[in-house]
Amino acid sequence: MFPKGTKRKFSDSREEPVAGGEDVNQSSLAAVRMLSSYSLQRQSLLDMSLIKLQLCHMLVEPNLCRSVLIANTVRQIQEEMTQDGTWQIMTQALSAANAAAQCSADRLVATEVLCRQTEAAQGEQVPKPFPVVGSEGCPAEEVLEEEEAAAAEVGMTMSTVSPQAPTSYLPGTFGMDPCWEEEETGEDDDDDEEEDSEECGSGSEGEERERDSLVEDTRTAEQVFGTFEIKNPAPSPDPALEELFSDVDASYYDLDTVLTGMQSVPKMGPYDLLESLSSHGPSPLSSSTSCRSDLNELDHIMEIIVGS
Amino acid sequence: RTLQAAVEHWEPRCDVSGPWIPVSLFLVYKIKAQMDEEIDTRKINNSFLRDHNYATEADIISTVEFNPTGELLATGDKGGRVVVFQREQESKNQPHRRGEYNVYSTFQSHEPEFDYLKSLEIEEKINKIRWLPQQNAAYFLLSTNDKTVKLWKVSERDKRPEGYNLKDEEGRIRDPTTITALRVPVLQPMDLMVEATPRRVFSNAHTYHINSISVNSDYETYMSTDDLRINLWNLEITNRSFNIVDIKPANMEMLTEVITAAEFQPSQCNTFVYSSSKGSIRLCDMRASALCDNHSKLFEEPEDPSNRSFFSEIISSISDVKFSHSGRYLMTRDYLTVKVWDLNMESKPLETYQVHDYLRSKLCSLYENDCIFDKFECVWNGSDSVIMTGSYNNFFRMFDRNTKRDVTLEASRENSKPRAILKPRKVCVGGKRRKDEISVDSLDFSKKILHSAWHPSENIIAVAATNNLYIFQDKVN
Repeated sequence: MFPKGTKRKFSDSREEPVAGGEDVNQSSLAAVRMLSSYSLQRQSLLDMSLIKLQLCHMLVEPNLCRSVLIANTVRQIQEEMTQDGTWQIMTQALSAANAAAQCSADRLVATEVLCRQTEAAQGEQVPKPFPVVGSEGCPAEEVLEEEEAAAAEVGMTMSTVSPQAPTSYLPGTFGMDPCWEEEETGEDDDDDEEEDSEECGSGSEGEERERDSLVEDTRTAEQVFGTFEIKNPAPSPDPALEELFSDVDASYYDLDTVLTGMQSVPKMGPYDLLESLSSHGPSPLSSSTSCRSDLNELDHIMEIIVGS
Repeated sequence: RTLQAAVEHWEPRCDVSGPWIPVSLFLVYKIKAQMDEEIDTRKINNSFLRDHNYATEADIISTVEFNPTGELLATGDKGGRVVVFQREQESKNQPHRRGEYNVYSTFQSHEPEFDYLKSLEIEEKINKIRWLPQQNAAYFLLSTNDKTVKLWKVSERDKRPEGYNLKDEEGRIRDPTTITALRVPVLQPMDLMVEATPRRVFSNAHTYHINSISVNSDYETYMSTDDLRINLWNLEITNRSFNIVDIKPANMEMLTEVITAAEFQPSQCNTFVYSSSKGSIRLCDMRASALCDNHSKLFEEPEDPSNRSFFSEIISSISDVKFSHSGRYLMTRDYLTVKVWDLNMESKPLETYQVHDYLRSKLCSLYENDCIFDKFECVWNGSDSVIMTGSYNNFFRMFDRNTKRDVTLEASRENSKPRAILKPRKVCVGGKRRKDEISVDSLDFSKKILHSAWHPSENIIAVAATNNLYIFQDKVN
């Protein structure tokens, strides 16, 4: 439990910086501090949520309702951070770190994990505000420490950057949904969707580029809490094996970390089962490798069953 | 032989409407220790070996339900066991003992399973029990875990046939050549035995975890609800079920809302409601279409912008939905409130009751320790005039809809002394704490009352506090 007296009214503390003060320097400094404190709180909430989503590694299937609620919370924070422009900063820092490790932006989630583990072994300090999947290599305490450090780091950068208005980002002002929002909610607000697509269409090239990276980042974010499963690029599948299992519904087979004892593989996430059930659905980023990875998983499962 | 339980009974006080008194207290782990021999069917492949001699996680009560007459009370626990209590019959010898419940039957309803394909365990925890209306001497109930619903028959046996032709008294087959005469077997009295037998097993219909079951008023069908789908079953048919609601998105990454509870309307067999994690309730009419994805009515209260936070959605998630006995009203429970809805008004609830609003400032901590995801149930009294729901620190709350008065009571051994009426409790939210009050920071969040039940016609309530069952009533005839 947090210490007594700690206020957790995010919406309250958010409005404070807007209030004007007589001494401009003083108030702006206080505003910056307030905003950074709020940003830190928000960041820690984001980190907490991501840990919760990861730590559903019990033998029993995780509670879907809980996972969905946490994922929605993460999404909300993402949206807000996107509006602030802090999301972009964070993902840029992330992609910079990953670019150094020569991994594609598509595999942001996967590489984050791999980078984290190798770098942890090398003792390298890279800001990792995203404590994503694969926490097996890093025990929970370690993850928390790293996040706190990362959060502090990001908080620092955010405090200096935050007053900057997000110009090239959202054409709208009052919480207009960014482009990718329309991908998520198919059910509500058809009107909003139309507006969004209009907004997406217009804009300068710079804005388009930003939005593209946004879409990419969001998709990877979707991957973070949408899949929780690393799609490791696998060598071309054995045709005999493929034929053998051609009529088997590969979507059922998830990574079995417990039985195979694989350390580099992420634990079951809340959406593992769901993702596996929809693995043949339209997901451009993962569809190319999902079949191959599924077959790898099949391999593992068969080994266990056969007892080889 | 009938099963005896370590039950403590207290003499109820005289008729005072309002104050509540403890009638019986069941310390479940004691019951289990006594019934060791009968029900120990632990298989070797269980990875959890549980000791029966002290309270364990398996003893945590996960559901409580009275049968339609109130004569029986069933509890299900995390270990997959069902315990049925029966009310003492009124007797002239001991008039004060009426209203006491004693153990009637106990049986292992569900066993833990292991899904080898997904490498996941299927918990044996009983999520819900629902009684069928009684149609003959036997009692029937539906019990469900995450994946499988079972129909159990609980019946009494007090006679035994004797005098078989082909078997001797010990059951050995007789040599046919020694049989020279035929006789008619005769029913002889025996000690009363209550036996539970599984009559139907409804399995393999749910990919996700079952959270509700509801028996239809036609007494022929029932529905089972998981996170994303609702299936309709015929009680006689186990190899087929109809899917009537499916909110699973084509792409699971788009999933933002799940079904949290569902119930049939008590008198209209075509109407049911289901609640969601976003705080909405949908009423569906099965006559409209086979797949009720389109609701007939949508009950949703617009969000209060002044209270908006990152936790707004989580606390709006509905944990329980119950029709009133009259069928005119709907009650929903979200994290901080209980709401009563009029079926004719979808825009906002008729009444809203604050269960523990002092937790609103603690939401982040409650999110951290996962308490914010606790699913509290709510119940109506027989006349739909009082509603009850649980809280933390073993507190439970009652709201009188007519007088608008509410009371907080505690289900605890220490504070429920025999022959004493339950004292109303109060949580101090700030400032000076009075003598009997308890401050918010002293609340024990591990002691939560999630499950409770109200007798269908009398003021008798059953409250489950972790692994203990408390039965209270307000007066004795």
